[in-house]
Amino acid sequence: MVNSVTNMRMEVKNLNFYYGRNLALKNINMGIENNKVTAVIGPSGCGKSTFIRILNRMNDIIIGSRVEGEILLDGDNIYAPQVDVVDIRRKIGMVFQKSNPFPKSIFDNIAYGLKINGISNKTEITDRVEMSLKNSALWEEVRDRLDDNAFELSGGQQQRLCIARALAIEPEVILFDEPCSALDPISTAKIEELINQLKERYTIAIVTHNMQQAARISDYTGFFLLGELIEFDKTEKIFTNPSQKQTEDYITGRFG
Amino acid sequence: MQLKKKKEKLLEWLFLFFAFLSNILLVGIIIILFKESLPLFKEIKVLDFLLGRHWYPTYDPAEFGILPLILGSLWVTIGSLLVAVPLGLGAAIYISEIASTSLKEILKPVVEVLAGIPSVVLGFFGMVVIAPFLQEVFKLPTGLNALNGSILLGIMAIPTITSISEDCLSSVPRGFKEASYALGANRWETMIKVTVPAAFSGISSAVILGMGRAIGETMTVLMVAGGSAVIPHSFLQPVRTMTATIAAEMGETAIGSEHYYALFGIAVVLFILTLIFNIIADLVAQRFRKRIV
Amino acid sequence: MIINMNARKWREIKQQIGFMAVQLAAVIIFIILGILLYFIFSRGITVISWDFLTKMPEKGMTAGGIFPAILGSFYLTIGAILFALPLGILAAIYMTEYATQGKIIRIIRIGISNLASVPSIVFGLFGLALFVNYLKFGVSILSGSLTLGIMILPVIIRSSEEALLLVPNGFREASLALGATKWQTIYKIVLPNAIGGIITGAILGVGRVAGETAPILFTAATFYIRKLPNSIFSEVMALPYHIYALMTEGSHPKEQKAIAYGASLVLIIMVLGINLLAIFIRNHYRRKKKW
Repeated sequence: MVNSVTNMRMEVKNLNFYYGRNLALKNINMGIENNKVTAVIGPSGCGKSTFIRILNRMNDIIIGSRVEGEILLDGDNIYAPQVDVVDIRRKIGMVFQKSNPFPKSIFDNIAYGLKINGISNKTEITDRVEMSLKNSALWEEVRDRLDDNAFELSGGQQQRLCIARALAIEPEVILFDEPCSALDPISTAKIEELINQLKERYTIAIVTHNMQQAARISDYTGFFLLGELIEFDKTEKIFTNPSQKQTEDYITGRFG
Repeated sequence: MQLKKKKEKLLEWLFLFFAFLSNILLVGIIIILFKESLPLFKEIKVLDFLLGRHWYPTYDPAEFGILPLILGSLWVTIGSLLVAVPLGLGAAIYISEIASTSLKEILKPVVEVLAGIPSVVLGFFGMVVIAPFLQEVFKLPTGLNALNGSILLGIMAIPTITSISEDCLSSVPRGFKEASYALGANRWETMIKVTVPAAFSGISSAVILGMGRAIGETMTVLMVAGGSAVIPHSFLQPVRTMTATIAAEMGETAIGSEHYYALFGIAVVLFILTLIFNIIADLVAQRFRKRIV
Repeated sequence: MIINMNARKWREIKQQIGFMAVQLAAVIIFIILGILLYFIFSRGITVISWDFLTKMPEKGMTAGGIFPAILGSFYLTIGAILFALPLGILAAIYMTEYATQGKIIRIIRIGISNLASVPSIVFGLFGLALFVNYLKFGVSILSGSLTLGIMILPVIIRSSEEALLLVPNGFREASLALGATKWQTIYKIVLPNAIGGIITGAILGVGRVAGETAPILFTAATFYIRKLPNSIFSEVMALPYHIYALMTEGSHPKEQKAIAYGASLVLIIMVLGINLLAIFIRNHYRRKKKW
């Protein structure tokens, strides 16, 4: 399956993930191609969100969880003992299901990531805030109200702010965990368009519950079911000519 | 990067230490209580201390029997439950099951204000208001007695019992009640046969916790219970609790005297008793949580 | 059919009686509080004046004011909070942000819960043995504050823990995902958003400490001082102890009782005022809070 990916940015090898004794992900192997969008789909509870959170070690904070196997970023295992998890998360950004801006101003939301990563020059911060807001297509809407509290933005704007916040620290890979599940269709369309633009500069993985969304924006798709990766291939192939029966059942709407 | 990691680890250890501070303090309290009371037990047997019927700490020879004090504590504690359980539980049922939202808004702060009244003020109230009243009604030489102490400790225990019971009653799943209504039971029957039994272990835990508080309470009983160290036979008699004995006598004892050690000995008994109450309350509360969740 | 009717009526009556009984319980509690506040307010208000609040006691406690007792309670309370608040916050941070092992958490919780159940007079003895005698702090503000501080530590830990848990997990995740370390996340995101709740808890702790008597009986309080305390090693008068002493010592019960009414009213107003302040602050932060 991995063969279809030619220029791998990240690679998942023989991944098993346990919640306590419970094996939540079984023997996952897949690659995430550079400057492409890789979608992860599957019914609720199939482990797709768990999977994407493993890719930047967000699941480290879950008590009693355990990872087996390797996840490589540019060939280096991010779970190797000497690796600094903070460093990994800086390189692999994440946008969450529920938009989670900090209760700070729009400006400070983006400046936060810059400051904690050691940037203290005011001009540089201002420039990068502006740039990331432009890159997340939010600049025009908020340029006059950067000091407003982020919670005064609409749901879609908040989510784009979270994307801007992730972009500001210039990660290599951006993970999206169902970024549109709480948004209206117009906001969703904006974010999809944005993801499409972002892949020119970033490598992207996105979990989605929405199959049409995966079909619209992704280049590769992995289908998860009950903690297993059933099929992984070019998106086109998955949606037109899947090789597994379960995949076909799912995308034709027979379950999920 | 490595330095940053070390700093993070160091901070975690620091936090861990402070998290254990309560345990360290608890152990410290145990050590000090035992250390300051052990010399007494070289002189008298533990059983004579616990079951001795005479507390004459300043006589010559002195006698250190704390049975009257233990019984004094138990009498006022049990008396306080007779006051606090019906009132506290009744109010909890009323607040959680019957009262309208606006009444709740009034009653809950009432309970909170009651919880906020300092014990010394309650003791003062007992001395200047309740004591003369009891003296008048029962034609007694003094209104400072076990009954007065029980009433005040009861008032003090009400907020604990009411607020915890109310929480437990409100956390009984609505499905239980709906099932009962669907079988034709009215509201009262549902409350008594379904809601209260479902919350029973939570309520018991509240009562036990209230008991632990009452047995450890000092100022009110010191001020209103009368203070005679004799084995009580009636609620209308003055009694003296373990806490009141420590509070009243520690000021006048010399450090390192037998009397000083004996007062620490009382504190050990008190500490163990409240510890037991607390552990039982915790266990019962856990059972409640398991059952409901 | 007739039997059925009667049975239904009987059930109806039982319900009415039951409702009335529990309602009565609530009413009695209401009345108890009413009587208590009525007596203290109506008698106390006649004693209170500006001089009463700001003057030293005179003529062997039978006249004059209660200023040194108010001041002493203030010192003791502030001291207790200065001690308990930082320690309580640090402990709470471990519990909510770091702790991962069930066993360690359980042991810590047992410690906190049992420390909270220790009777206040036992804390008094502990303070007497450790701070007054062993560490030679003497009967002083320092000994009293430390004793009171230990007593409210569990309260502070619990309320701080609750405040920290109220901070949405999304904030922590967002911060960590941006490459912040755990400490940066706690210091810059979690604590600033929990501070309202932590302060509320601390103030409620102040309200409790201000009214406590037993822990300071042998560690800090004295019936009378000639001059105001000038160091943390001074003995102090304290409002709750003053009320107790006025009612149990001295030779002019009638005059002392009047002063005790005044002092009780001042203490109640202080304690309830502090609690109101806590509620006010909580509401203020709630209104400011966007999540």
